[in-house]
Amino acid sequence: MQAALLIALLAAPAAEAQAIAPVRQAELVRMVRQDCGSCHGMRLTGGLGPALTREALADKLVPAMAATIIHGRPGTPMPGWRAMLSEPEAQWIAEQLAAGFPEERRGAR
Amino acid sequence: MKRREVLTALGAAPASLWLGGCASAPAAPPAIATGTGDLGVVIERARGTLAVVNTSTRTLLGEIDGLGDLSHASVVFARDGATAYVFGRDGALSQVNLLTRRIDRRVQQAGNSIGGAISQDGTLVAAQNYTPGGIKVFDARTLALVADIPAEYAPGKLSRVVGLADLPGQRFVFSLFDAGAIWIADLSDPSNRAQPKLTKLAGIGKQPYDALVTPDGRHYIAGLFGEDGLALVDLWDDAPQARRILAGYGRGEQPLPVYKMPHLRGWAVAGRHAYLPAIGRHEVLVVDTATWQEVGRIPVAGQPVFVIARPDGRQVWVNFAVPDYDRVQVIDTVTQRIVRTLEPGKAVLHMEFTPRGEAVWISSRDANRVSVIDTQRFDTLATLTVDSPSGVFFTSRATRIGF
Repeated sequence: MQAALLIALLAAPAAEAQAIAPVRQAELVRMVRQDCGSCHGMRLTGGLGPALTREALADKLVPAMAATIIHGRPGTPMPGWRAMLSEPEAQWIAEQLAAGFPEERRGAR
Repeated sequence: MKRREVLTALGAAPASLWLGGCASAPAAPPAIATGTGDLGVVIERARGTLAVVNTSTRTLLGEIDGLGDLSHASVVFARDGATAYVFGRDGALSQVNLLTRRIDRRVQQAGNSIGGAISQDGTLVAAQNYTPGGIKVFDARTLALVADIPAEYAPGKLSRVVGLADLPGQRFVFSLFDAGAIWIADLSDPSNRAQPKLTKLAGIGKQPYDALVTPDGRHYIAGLFGEDGLALVDLWDDAPQARRILAGYGRGEQPLPVYKMPHLRGWAVAGRHAYLPAIGRHEVLVVDTATWQEVGRIPVAGQPVFVIARPDGRQVWVNFAVPDYDRVQVIDTVTQRIVRTLEPGKAVLHMEFTPRGEAVWISSRDANRVSVIDTQRFDTLATLTVDSPSGVFFTSRATRIGF
């Protein structure tokens, strides 16, 4: 049931996403919230890096965002993440950001 | 939920024992009768909660919740070792008490904050902010605003502030990421605290990302993201100036991606050497603090994030940025070699030594675990279950310059 809920939560805003397995989607959500979050904030409200909320990214195009994720932004602290992400994964993350990034599923502990 | 009940029970134990030993219990039992020298906190970043810990019993004592967005939160302590100031990412500054485990005061002081410092005499607390860029200084007792210092480096342009540290003489020093500058605010004149005297050093280097004050309060070192090298200021000079050290430490080589910015603090100094994370290189740089010349480089397992000397300086412990952050390495400072590689849990975010360094507490975010590790034998003395732990802060910081 948890898995079904997770898929429903994650899949809703991403009808166009290329086939990223649900398990990997959950990993990507965690990665963005936690690891990208060290510069952009866990709530993506910004820090050393800019805010990545839907409102903040309103004028950004998804392909450009995906390219930034893969290649980084020279002259800024934003690194290219291609060693850790495929291009479809970066595309998926960019789509999620544009739509308002999903919350991480908190495990029941 | 269950865990919280256990924590509450643990926390209540001393009080109930005390009551049990009394023939006639008073109506209101006194506050928890304990010293504070072995207390500390662990930040549970995802829940906005502090776990209060005891470093002698290696136990969780309780929690303080309702602290907001604690991603990249940091903590400084008042001299009493009971009062802590928590700087949240969301710009909130909270004054909490580790004994009562309550929030005593809380102000929303900025839109986006990155940390803070407490003055030498403990009367002032300063927050460093990204939005709006600058520092704000507060009365440590009341959290009333004392001074607002925007980091305005050009008309209408505010810089994000990093590397804030306390200095002797009621001063604070900080770096301006966007301006390549170091500023010193002097709040020693009580009649003019709202307009503190500012000393501004420009052109210190590109994109300072964090900084440290040496344990004697004499030298301020800012790491530079935008170029190879660090900026050094001798604060004992009558007219302090910034000069470059370790210039070109990575010259001629393609830098590796930096997935997380290193953090600098006075813990980098061990004996006469400072151990500093290289940017874009999987190395720790060793610099002689008498000459400020590079004297060595130690290859390590990834991009170093924290490079922390054990209090006696015999060892330096290093953790790493993603994807190498499941490991921790230990450098022996005599041989300047790695003597141990540990894997205490997934996503190690922080390390904190007990006051005299017999043990180190290591937070593993994705393992939901804090490991207490013997620094001599490297065995695990205890593990504590903590939800997405990040920073670990012990009250012994209260007595150190630059913490």
